Amino acid sequence: MKRVVITGAGTINALGHSVDETLAAMREGRCGIGELDIRDVERLSIRIGGQVRGFSPEEHFNRQQISLFDRFTQFTMIAAQEALDQAGLDFTGEMAARAGVVLGTAGGGVNTWDENYRSVYEEGKNRVHPFVVPKLMNNAAASHVSMRWNLKGPSFTVATACASSNHAMGQAFHMIRAGMSDVMVTGGSESMLCFGGIKAWEGLRVMSKDACRPFSANRNGMVQGEGAAIFVFEEREHASARGADILAEVAGFAMTSDASDIVMPSRQGAARAMAGAIADAGLAPGQIGYINAHGTGTAANDKTECAAVADVFGAHADDLMISSTKSMHGHLIGGTGAVELLACIMALRDGIIAPTIGYQEPDPECALDVVPNQARQARVDAVLSNAFAFGGLNAVLALRRA
Amino acid sequence: MAEDVQEKIFAIIAEQAVLEPADISMEQSLDELGIDSLGLVESIFAIEEAFDIDVPFNANEPGKSEFDVTTVASIVTAVEKLVAEQAA
Repeated sequence: MKRVVITGAGTINALGHSVDETLAAMREGRCGIGELDIRDVERLSIRIGGQVRGFSPEEHFNRQQISLFDRFTQFTMIAAQEALDQAGLDFTGEMAARAGVVLGTAGGGVNTWDENYRSVYEEGKNRVHPFVVPKLMNNAAASHVSMRWNLKGPSFTVATACASSNHAMGQAFHMIRAGMSDVMVTGGSESMLCFGGIKAWEGLRVMSKDACRPFSANRNGMVQGEGAAIFVFEEREHASARGADILAEVAGFAMTSDASDIVMPSRQGAARAMAGAIADAGLAPGQIGYINAHGTGTAANDKTECAAVADVFGAHADDLMISSTKSMHGHLIGGTGAVELLACIMALRDGIIAPTIGYQEPDPECALDVVPNQARQARVDAVLSNAFAFGGLNAVLALRRA
Repeated sequence: MAEDVQEKIFAIIAEQAVLEPADISMEQSLDELGIDSLGLVESIFAIEEAFDIDVPFNANEPGKSEFDVTTVASIVTAVEKLVAEQAA
């Protein structure tokens, strides 16, 4: 089997418009969550989110692109540009024919749905823009990346709610490992911070009105974020032969289904996914130094995830570090695993563990080292990135230092 | 008014529990009635719609909510209070 490495990374999210800005914010434990600036916010009971600030599409895209790119596609294109610039690859000939793009998103063009429903239902218009369908479709971002960079191999979009990005990156990993492709562009994107997007989430009553405080006894729910992170996954020999800078190795991946409840998480399902990823990577549990938690800040997720970690790691659970960066960038739903992979790369490459900020009170049901409030220096050789979706679909990636 | 509130709540809870309103009694908990967390959230939504009120309830901290969901009786009391407040 081939080995798979990461040779490019890019992002835009509430913490910054690039990987450097995002990692700087994570090192400083800065919070990107604030008051939402969206239309009709006064009719929402949830008014905070990890919104991308200081972003104007006109600075990045021409008029025709804007008419085709929903906000989730715009974020994808910006993150992909950074990742592909870093990788420094040209896609031509046989290489282009085999290289593809697999992305994750839960909702796709939610802003486009929202704006156009508003137009026909609320404003009573009987006509919408001709590009509504190609703009809102979940695969729009993957297709535009494919077109822009001439990626002609296996390309598609994965939608598994909050695990979408991890499932997408797992597919890209499998394809390179199996020898189907030498290079895959992968990651995910989400942009649900609009009236309809938040209103739908309000209904479940799992959102916090004030902050995302994962693992803290006084946590009171999740906070949504938005943005994208995109990576270039490359076959190891291919990357080494061209002298590429290797950010980390993608060593293993596992996915499980709880087969139990549409919203409540399962300790067994989460544990099986983590154990599966470790075994797939050929690692022992004791080698994992850091876990980027799913850590949503809901009562149910955090205690279930900690119990699953205890099941998988036994006594080593007390030695490893586990943090949730959602406390800083919010929950990017289908894009979240991609942004969180950046914290994993930082841990392996820079020896800096991103903190769980907003941590105020220890919870006996989350009695692990959650790296509270301040980043920490630590050398780790292998890490996990957890994603556990509504619907009970779990996807965990294992990364190793390059 | 009070009886009307109770009657509507019994009907809502009975529907969630797949029982007849006559099978519901004030001292029962939702747990005893077989209503899980999703059923609770749906019941609260139905209550908001029936009485045109906003119910302050966060599933992450049910104990801290001003809206006490311990028993059928506590729900009736909480709804009566909200109806009175939000009509004022």
